Amino acid sequence: MPNLHPPGYAFLKQPEYKLELVCPAGSLPALKVAVDNGADCVYIGFRDDTNARNFTGLNFDAANARAGVAYAHAKNTRVFLALNTYPRAAGWVRWKKAIDQAAELGMDAVILADLGLMQYAMKTHPQLQLHLSVQGSATNYEAINFYHEHFGIHRAVLPRVLSFAQVEELSCKTRVELELFGFGGLCVMVEGRCSLSSYATGESPNNCGVCSPPKAVRWQQTPDGLESRLNGVLIDRYTDKENTGYPTLCKGRFVVEGETYYAMEEPTSLNTLELLPELLRIKVRGLKIEGRQRSPAYVAQVARVWREAIDQCVKDPPGFSVRPAWAADLGKVSEGQQHTLGAYHRPWK
Amino acid sequence: MKLALGPTLYYWPREKLRAYYENIAAAPVDIVYLGETVCSRRHVMRLPDWLEVARMLAAAGKEVVLSTLALIESESDLKSLRKITENGDFAVEANDMGAVHLLANRIPFVAGPYLNIYNPQTLAMIASLGAKRWVMPVEMSNEALQPLQQSRPVEMETEVFSYGRLPLAFSSRCYTARFHNLPKDDCRFLCINDPDGKTMHTREGKPFLAINGIQTQSAQVYNLIGDLESLQRTGVDVVRISPQSEHSGEIIRLFRDSIDQKLGRKSAMQQIDKLFPEAGCNGYWHGRPGMEQTLLASAIQHE
Repeated sequence: MPNLHPPGYAFLKQPEYKLELVCPAGSLPALKVAVDNGADCVYIGFRDDTNARNFTGLNFDAANARAGVAYAHAKNTRVFLALNTYPRAAGWVRWKKAIDQAAELGMDAVILADLGLMQYAMKTHPQLQLHLSVQGSATNYEAINFYHEHFGIHRAVLPRVLSFAQVEELSCKTRVELELFGFGGLCVMVEGRCSLSSYATGESPNNCGVCSPPKAVRWQQTPDGLESRLNGVLIDRYTDKENTGYPTLCKGRFVVEGETYYAMEEPTSLNTLELLPELLRIKVRGLKIEGRQRSPAYVAQVARVWREAIDQCVKDPPGFSVRPAWAADLGKVSEGQQHTLGAYHRPWK
Repeated sequence: MKLALGPTLYYWPREKLRAYYENIAAAPVDIVYLGETVCSRRHVMRLPDWLEVARMLAAAGKEVVLSTLALIESESDLKSLRKITENGDFAVEANDMGAVHLLANRIPFVAGPYLNIYNPQTLAMIASLGAKRWVMPVEMSNEALQPLQQSRPVEMETEVFSYGRLPLAFSSRCYTARFHNLPKDDCRFLCINDPDGKTMHTREGKPFLAINGIQTQSAQVYNLIGDLESLQRTGVDVVRISPQSEHSGEIIRLFRDSIDQKLGRKSAMQQIDKLFPEAGCNGYWHGRPGMEQTLLASAIQHE
């Protein structure tokens, strides 16, 4: 297949290409501040297990979703609906109705992972744009082109496991728009390919839209320190001097051959600000911010910084550098106060 | 029910792999899956070596299926994948949608356990592309499986992962290299020293997970030998045993004798318990957290 995106920045002058800032919203106030602070697109979910941030008190009912779409559209911002869990037979009708509702509400796209749902959406609502969720685990162009060929997907969100060189290689071999995670919580596992949470708690991202669910979490002060447990499994133990973190299973400290350490991943955040010129060069279409579970203040802060950074970068890609103020502002809202380029930077692996 | 031996998830030396499969030729399994499914860097066996093993097993009367990588990232991964899908002789287990893309409407295939088939509509879709058998996701329960069994397409076979450390997650990061403080690109292939993975304990010493390169497994061994009756009732066609470094022959024999009703449930459970590297579990099948064990041999009274 020919290289679809020749190198260089000349395409930036073409009006049809734009790197879109895709911001999370777990509530109507969060959606509004995302729009007000420069998001090109906002992604939301319904208030149940049809999406991968199924948390109590979070997300949208039909009335809020309608208000959100109206608010966003009035300000020229698109709204995507995440329906990115895998329904079991007992839930099929509910998931199917969620797609019907998305179409009825005028969502600009639905973000799906399940093959059966994609087929339903394509047949029933041909006008509805389909995005392949990160939960679809598509890490190569043959997989992305599979979804394009069979369901006409418009965009694919890439799992946070590819190096930048791999993303670039992939971008040359597909006509599907690519969306990358740029900032926020970091899944160290391939999304859609992780059952650690259901192994310990019975509930998984794939089926229930949750990872390490709060109802399974217990904190307990002991003579050995403050312990965090997930359905009884000790995830970590902290001395008085250590910062505590939410006991996400893969971010705990475990013992391997007598050595205690973060066996899978430190509590850290993804931040790819410095990669912006490269993301533009390979024509990434969506820059996704993680964090529908976070507050409107987080969304506002992150959207503002990324809007400014993207605008700066588009004006002068070779001259772009990360401003210390941006890094400081993002640092304030990061998980674990540490930043990483994650898998985009190969040595991380 | 047929008995299958899944692909070897660990990195074993070439001689061990060859000796292992020579023994399997004489073991009472019907189907053998071959090939590297975890890490593209592992190389003691290349495709021609696997094909040689495949022919040896086929000559011994086994149905042989070549399994593909679960995580395909680079062009060179795709090149290896194409060689497998175009091998011409043996069926292929697709463990990624990229593999499905290469096989769809061309060659009948097995839809592997990582394709996330959770509902009848998705199963019908994958069948329409040419899948003849599918392997249920490990986290799925008997109850969730039943509606798929009732509505499954004609001739579609259902396979269930029934014995072994559970393949729970994949990452692009190598946890074995991380343990040794090495970058993945210079991993020195040290996972070859962990024939059943490296057990990860909690800070209070309980075995919890196991590291196998980029794959994370359960430390406990998933074991449905006590649940074979319910697998049969649900119409499962194929029971999958995952290779472990020791005792595979005995484990296969115990499953075979249980399926053929030559061995009672309590006795089978007691005998197999001794062959585990860690304690057993069967929670997923019962709709519980995977790590739980819902039925103990000691609790069975009348067998």
